[in-house]
Amino acid sequence: MEIVLEAKHIYKSFHDPVTVPILKDVSFNISKGDFVSVIGKSGCGKSTLLYILSTMDTDYEGELFIDGELMRNKKEKQLASVRNEKIGFVFQFHYLLNEFSVLRNVMMPGLKLGKYSEQEVEHRAIQKLKMLGIESEAMKLANQLSGGQKQRVAIARALINDPLIIMGDEPTGNLDKKNSTIVFDIFKELAEVYNQTLLIVTHDNEFAQSTHRIIEMEDGRIIR
Amino acid sequence: MNTKLIISIAKSLLIARWRQTMVAAMGVTFGITMFITLLSFMSGLNDMLDNLILNRTPHIKLYNEIKPSNIQPIQLSKKYAGSYAFIHSVKPNSSRLELYNNGAILNTLKKDNRVSGIAPKITAQVFYNIGSIDITGVINGIDVEAENRLFFFSDYVTTGKFIDLINVPNSIILGKGAAEKMLANIGDVIQVTTVKGDIMPLKVVGYFQSGLQDLDKVQSYTSLATAQKLLGKPNNYVTDIQVKLKDMTLAPMIAKEFSTLFGCDAEDIQTANSQFETGTNVRTLISYAVGITLLIVAGFGIYNILNMMIYEKMDSIAILKATGFSGFDVNRIFITIALTIGFIGGFLGLIFGFFLSAAIDQIPFNTSALPTITTYPINYNPKFYFIGTIFSLITTYFAGLFPARKASKIDPVIIIRGK
Repeated sequence: MEIVLEAKHIYKSFHDPVTVPILKDVSFNISKGDFVSVIGKSGCGKSTLLYILSTMDTDYEGELFIDGELMRNKKEKQLASVRNEKIGFVFQFHYLLNEFSVLRNVMMPGLKLGKYSEQEVEHRAIQKLKMLGIESEAMKLANQLSGGQKQRVAIARALINDPLIIMGDEPTGNLDKKNSTIVFDIFKELAEVYNQTLLIVTHDNEFAQSTHRIIEMEDGRIIR
Repeated sequence: MNTKLIISIAKSLLIARWRQTMVAAMGVTFGITMFITLLSFMSGLNDMLDNLILNRTPHIKLYNEIKPSNIQPIQLSKKYAGSYAFIHSVKPNSSRLELYNNGAILNTLKKDNRVSGIAPKITAQVFYNIGSIDITGVINGIDVEAENRLFFFSDYVTTGKFIDLINVPNSIILGKGAAEKMLANIGDVIQVTTVKGDIMPLKVVGYFQSGLQDLDKVQSYTSLATAQKLLGKPNNYVTDIQVKLKDMTLAPMIAKEFSTLFGCDAEDIQTANSQFETGTNVRTLISYAVGITLLIVAGFGIYNILNMMIYEKMDSIAILKATGFSGFDVNRIFITIALTIGFIGGFLGLIFGFFLSAAIDQIPFNTSALPTITTYPINYNPKFYFIGTIFSLITTYFAGLFPARKASKIDPVIIIRGK
């Protein structure tokens, strides 16, 4: 199996006000098509790990490979284009831009990548929205949608550049039961039908149980 | 593609906060409006005051100064060639104010292609006789047509016709102040005594008003021929030759050249009127200082509004960065916003500035000192508009630079985890 993401001996500490180790010797890898969840108690370092894996946090020791490329020593601009091209994000909060329509929000990372023309990006964005069943909301402003719809738009935005991996930080944390189920079903479909690699941080055990692989963390170490 | 996307994001942010945008742009508009108006008005005034002198001052004046000879007879003697001579109480020799061989000088000047015009002139000290009182005065014998062409003589003849100096024999145009003292009306005949004691009657054909009161109390004008007759001189007698150049800035250099070439004194306009240039420079400096201060204040307004916008849009900036926009892209978004505000505000400022100065141009401004001026003077120099545009863009750029840098340094992890 092709390895998409590989972490080797990652250490991370917070230094303010006193040095507190957060991650200790974290090593694992994710292959293409994996549907992985990271669970653990609050403060065990699972979110910190996610932000290191997402290249947004660069203050760590150890080695991180995405798509076989070492992330250390890359400049801020290069890391930004790695995130743009290879990683899709879904956060607990949707973070849509209220000044733009839903369609435009989804198109934004695609326009930034500049691989396709604007018409093609728009076409692809509509396809993604259709896949998630919210194409009828495309022309609305982002703040006119319900919470569940917003999160689906955020997923569509994460998918627009056909990323290598989708990372989620408690993507169902803000949603009610019904919407959580919808979002989970979407992830499952992405993994099983479209062979999409997913790495989801959650504290929802029920959610985690239904994924293909669980990484459990405690006190900055992987225990399972 | 990237630029287009950045512009579209900047545009959305601007429109989303259009009220603040407008306030910021209005600050720039106000600054530029005042900058344009102030400079147009100030430089209009400067030009007017300068023209008061410059229009009527030759670029180079050739004349003979009354002064002792540089070479005394003893220095020509070969016998004392190796010695030092100490001569006390040196006096000027029999003063001849006449420019020798002026016909040849005039011919040479006419052929010189740096010269745009020449006007010969006679200056004579006289007394105006009013009953038993004599007041001192100066009569300028002028080549009437050349004087009018080069120095706008007719502009300053407020009553009567300047051409009557030629048409009416033995005529005089009196300075307004002198005429008032003498109670001389147009058509009256006044008596003038020369320094040598000759008396001559002259007919008043007009009044002259220069705007400089002291000058008008003393100066009068006659034709060259009348002045020569008055002084009892032949018709080749000329005391001054006034030269107007094509390029005024060359005056000091050319004056030096003429001085040695013609063996007479030559005074250039820069030396004669250096105080006017100083005044002009100081006034211009003050206008620029005030204008730039206004723009800097407007710059602080933009700085504040962008800072606020960045705090409000922290989430949006974070998600843009998380989805692949680099710090440089975010920086460009906010610089674009700042420059747009500067451009729109500056452009409106140029338009308002133009109309405000045009309005000032309509305000009546009548002063007895300045017969040719009827409204406040305005200089519509495109240079001011150009400088205004440049300054508005520079100040807004710097006002945007610091907030934009702050925005580009926002760490998305802190924002996203903070929720």
